[in-house]
Amino acid sequence: MSMNHAAEHPAFLEHHFNDAEQQRESAKLGMWVFLLTEVLTFGGLFCAYAIYRSWNPDMFFNAHKELDVWLGTVNTIVLITSSLTMALAIRSMQLDNKKRAILYLVFTLLFAATFLVVKYFEYSHKFHVGQLPGKFYTFTGIQGNNPHIFFSIYFAMTGLHGLHVLGGMCLIGWLIYRTHKNRFSSAYYTPIEMVGLFWHLVDLIWIFLFPLFYLIG
Amino acid sequence: MKSEHAAHGSPHVLPVQTYLAVAGALLVLTIVTVAVSFVHFGAWNLVVAMVIAATKAILVALFFMHLKYDNKMYLSIFAGSVLFLALFIIFSMFDTLRRADIYETVGHPIRPNAIIYQQTDSTQTSTGSAVAPVDSTAKH
Repeated sequence: MSMNHAAEHPAFLEHHFNDAEQQRESAKLGMWVFLLTEVLTFGGLFCAYAIYRSWNPDMFFNAHKELDVWLGTVNTIVLITSSLTMALAIRSMQLDNKKRAILYLVFTLLFAATFLVVKYFEYSHKFHVGQLPGKFYTFTGIQGNNPHIFFSIYFAMTGLHGLHVLGGMCLIGWLIYRTHKNRFSSAYYTPIEMVGLFWHLVDLIWIFLFPLFYLIG
Repeated sequence: MKSEHAAHGSPHVLPVQTYLAVAGALLVLTIVTVAVSFVHFGAWNLVVAMVIAATKAILVALFFMHLKYDNKMYLSIFAGSVLFLALFIIFSMFDTLRRADIYETVGHPIRPNAIIYQQTDSTQTSTGSAVAPVDSTAKH
């Protein structure tokens, strides 16, 4: 048995795992611990948001009117749809439908790109009118104390989130390439599943960023 | 070997309808949260927005992230991160929301030999009573 050990195992199974199931479960455990650190990373920024909003409720309300609710809503819908296509890509690979999986991954990539294009237009408008963090803030149209704080937190949170979208796009591109190269099947699709988890977390964080910045009542 | 593996580790495939239903619910909740934001409930606007966001997050975690069907260890890791984030924010708010109280105490220092726990009648504020003068400039 031990002589044929390597020959009997599928190519994707690393030698330090007993079987594919253990390998998959280990990868998933590691991924969830990583997602935990992601929640806590963003958590620091959510905490900063909570503190400064509680200190400056009126300024936050006045400043949030400068954000475009409709662009925010469109981006929310785009990101939720990309989560759906990501989930369907995993499902297609579970059913060994490689072509369908690639199609869904390409759609996910396109939705991610759409999100960043919309974000680019939002950012460039704010750069243009001087709604920038800290000492770079030159806008004069917002009532209240220190409106630059709102934009510091806005750019920190949506900026870090945007970097995650960019990172997710690189990973999805890598998945498309590897799926095209027949590296995945219903027996082994762990990388697609892990990137899927990451992508859903990026969606999940935006689900909170959207009402906190665009929908202050 | 191949068939044995498939029997053991065959993936848990959800029907397409489940994913479509979850995505539909997420889109409807997005529209609801935008619509509700134009109605003014005062402080309740934030509560309503956060309840809707939490509902959406739970849907994403349970179905898109498969936590409903997976080993519950993953669910407990994720719930743990949310729990500690909640502790982090709540305890920070205990500090930052009540910090002004301390500034007030520092601004109105208690003099030596002052009677701190004297009962005051309702027409006088405790800081305005004769036994605990508040004029901090007079101190030292």
